[in-house]
Amino acid sequence: MNQIMKTTVKNMKITLHVWRQKNPKAAGSFSTYVVEDVSPDSSFLEMLDQLNETLIEKGEEPVTFDHDCREGICGSCGMVVNGVPHGPKARTTTCQLHMREYSDGAELWIEPWRATAFPVLKDLLVDRSAFDRIISAGGYVSVNTGSPRDANETPVQKSDADLAFDAATCIGCGACVAACPNASAMLFTSAKITHLGLLPQGQVERKERALGMVNQMESEGFGGCTNHGECEAACPKGIRMDFIARMNRDFISASLS
Amino acid sequence: MELRSNAPSGPIETAWDRHRFDMKLVNPANKRKFEVLVVGTGLAGASASATMAELGYKVKAFCYQDSPRRAHSIAAQGGINAAKNYQGDGDSAYRLFYDTVKGGDFRSRERNVYRLAQVSVNIIDQAVAQGVPFARDYGGLLDNRSFGGAQVSRTFYARGQTGQQLLLGAYQALQRQIQSGNVEMHTRSEMMDLIVVDGRARGIIVRNMVTGELETYMADAVVLASGGYGNVFYLSTNAMGCNVMAAWRAHRRGAAFANPCYTQIHPTCIPVSGEHQSKLTLMSESLRNDGRVWVPKNAADCSKDPSQIPESDRDYYLERKYPAFGNLVPRDIASRSAKEACDDGRGVGPEVGGQRLGVFLDFKDAINRLGEDAISARYGNLFEMYERITDDSPYKTPMRIYPAIHYTMGGLWVDYNLQSNIPGLFVIGEANFSDHGANRLGASALMQGLADGYFVLPSTIGNYFGSEGADIKRVDVSPDSDAAKEARNAVDQRIAKLMSIKGERSPDSFHRELGKICWDNCGMARNKEGLTGAIEQIQNLRNEFWQNVRILGDRDTLNQSLEKAGRVADFLEFGELMVRDALNREESCGGHFREEHQTTEGEARRNDEDFAYVAAWEFKGVDQAPELHKEELDFEYVKLTQRSYK
Repeated sequence: MNQIMKTTVKNMKITLHVWRQKNPKAAGSFSTYVVEDVSPDSSFLEMLDQLNETLIEKGEEPVTFDHDCREGICGSCGMVVNGVPHGPKARTTTCQLHMREYSDGAELWIEPWRATAFPVLKDLLVDRSAFDRIISAGGYVSVNTGSPRDANETPVQKSDADLAFDAATCIGCGACVAACPNASAMLFTSAKITHLGLLPQGQVERKERALGMVNQMESEGFGGCTNHGECEAACPKGIRMDFIARMNRDFISASLS
Repeated sequence: MELRSNAPSGPIETAWDRHRFDMKLVNPANKRKFEVLVVGTGLAGASASATMAELGYKVKAFCYQDSPRRAHSIAAQGGINAAKNYQGDGDSAYRLFYDTVKGGDFRSRERNVYRLAQVSVNIIDQAVAQGVPFARDYGGLLDNRSFGGAQVSRTFYARGQTGQQLLLGAYQALQRQIQSGNVEMHTRSEMMDLIVVDGRARGIIVRNMVTGELETYMADAVVLASGGYGNVFYLSTNAMGCNVMAAWRAHRRGAAFANPCYTQIHPTCIPVSGEHQSKLTLMSESLRNDGRVWVPKNAADCSKDPSQIPESDRDYYLERKYPAFGNLVPRDIASRSAKEACDDGRGVGPEVGGQRLGVFLDFKDAINRLGEDAISARYGNLFEMYERITDDSPYKTPMRIYPAIHYTMGGLWVDYNLQSNIPGLFVIGEANFSDHGANRLGASALMQGLADGYFVLPSTIGNYFGSEGADIKRVDVSPDSDAAKEARNAVDQRIAKLMSIKGERSPDSFHRELGKICWDNCGMARNKEGLTGAIEQIQNLRNEFWQNVRILGDRDTLNQSLEKAGRVADFLEFGELMVRDALNREESCGGHFREEHQTTEGEARRNDEDFAYVAAWEFKGVDQAPELHKEELDFEYVKLTQRSYK
């Protein structure tokens, strides 16, 4: 349908059950709110902005949630909507989800990512610093700024470069962990191992990288993979599960050598 | 205030090399004795932090996000320029320098720009060594494209996510240094004030955004890499958290703010759809390579389905007005033309606030000529993003686009060493003013952020320590020193004041109103009457803010309303400075268009005789007029000419 014809589309009334939790130690619970007059063209987060404005008006503390670019690339936002990380639309972050996905009168349960390794700090906002520590444990090429060789000195086969790029598009949002019944971070970790492992620049440290990152992942309290595939289904960037197989191969060969 | 560029004289081609030789070095064993604070960890901040740590300096880095990987550099789509001349199409450092000075409408410092063009090639080498997966051709070599109207193919790209890949490269280098213990990273931390001791920048006050505690950090130098101020307009393509606080607090402590009126408006963004809108989304300008821009000739057709409007009733206004460049005219011209069409009552799309603000970007001809598959291969991901947001398919109906604030060329004044007028305060990336003049070229923001962070600052900060280290170290600073305590108290009282107002309006409602004042009067077209009125409106709004803002919750917890209120408070001061700068600049240049200064054909008219200077403003107090200082610009290499795209 053309946008111009749509101006008559009616605004909606949405009922929300939102997880409220004062701090990491407090017990949380759902609070119910009704948001009136929601435009179908507004994004999910804009609908929450609207809720927050009315909460402030009423003298209630607004709902806390992480968000920044609102273009689906920074990886800040993320909440579980009716049991699904980032909501119902495939390959879409919460900030890019639009209210036209729902009908007037819809009832939504909104929760934070739930995982031991992602403690809730407040309401829908969680601590994902474990991901940074996994990267610190080897998710890089050890090259200081200086005078590396000319960029075109080492050709990279296009198919490898393209696949490395696919893996590198992970935005680190954590939906894979939230979706996994084991709260595993294997999709996230394998994406970086795959990205660097496919490039000639990443070969020297390939084994140490796999060992370091996988060990860090385990020590952060993430679970293991039991092939449910929920991570791939929830991933807003389409990161593929077969990257986990590549990670396992690197990890095993590094463990045996 | 004295503004000395400290740019080396002599031939421009060897200026940076000679300067590097002349700069003092710090011996490796002494580097660990110098501590640096870096505020902001986007491309500039992350690359600078990592590189300084590799050299041996002790670095503490701060960002407001939960991870350095989320800085808004990540959203840059198009690419990064570098004068590699891999395509053999006549590119060179000199040509990139020339294009950048001209594209900036002759309002940048030639020697800074030359250096930028020169080090651009090292950035690509560095990024590839880190494993940044740039696009490659079938021979395995790096691919390039022409971008933003450039006549050579010098843009390196990673699909439509170049910023993401470059930022992740810098982020990974940073995480490696965090692991090695050379960088102490503070996430969810916001800089609230700068500490100046004995005339030198020596520390910052930070609010821990999780606990609400104020923390004091002292060091030997402070680097601001805190990005631009586009969110003063409320609606922009910036991330929601982007703010001017770090730069503004430094300005209040004495750092000059340069050319705040130079703001870039990107022509191809998705239009506002209603009052709920919180931000705008950019669509890469590569779309203009194949899309044709038009509006109906008759205002009466504006509410019609575009497929019902015959060719003869369409006005392809860019092709009509600029036959040589057509739909590929530079950003400022494309933006202004869209505004003219909408002001003429010929905009399309839903009415927002009584006006239709949008123009069509039509791919029908390109699809007929090349086929849907070819167009999908070029723009598939952009079309998908557009459809996700608007629910319209650009394969079936024209896109609707409208200009939006995208980048800010102005920023804190810096010399050739990227040092502000406060010794020990360095400013890099979008936060400084130095390289883009009045208008930035496409794919040059990533280049400048990384040039500053990887290659320029790590050398020049060494020169500061090498030549003034003894003087710096002579002054012992501790968090208990008078200057640190004074700054901390000031921040503490400001937060207490904000919490105590308990008024009626949310921080967001003030921000929205400020944004509208700035957009209406200091946006795509500006005039004396509007700007003068805007100053008064901003002052009134600021007064109301401090009497009527409502912040719920407590200050000693995670409190997003309080964070927002602090940022809006600074935008309410900064906005007035931006408007004053626009009022002072009685000419049109780059992103700054004064309606009084145009040719009879409606093109921008520069005034080189009176305005070929950098306007650097000194803070004199919140309700006092700032003082203007001028750095005259010389053009020894690029001859001043009128830009023409006819």
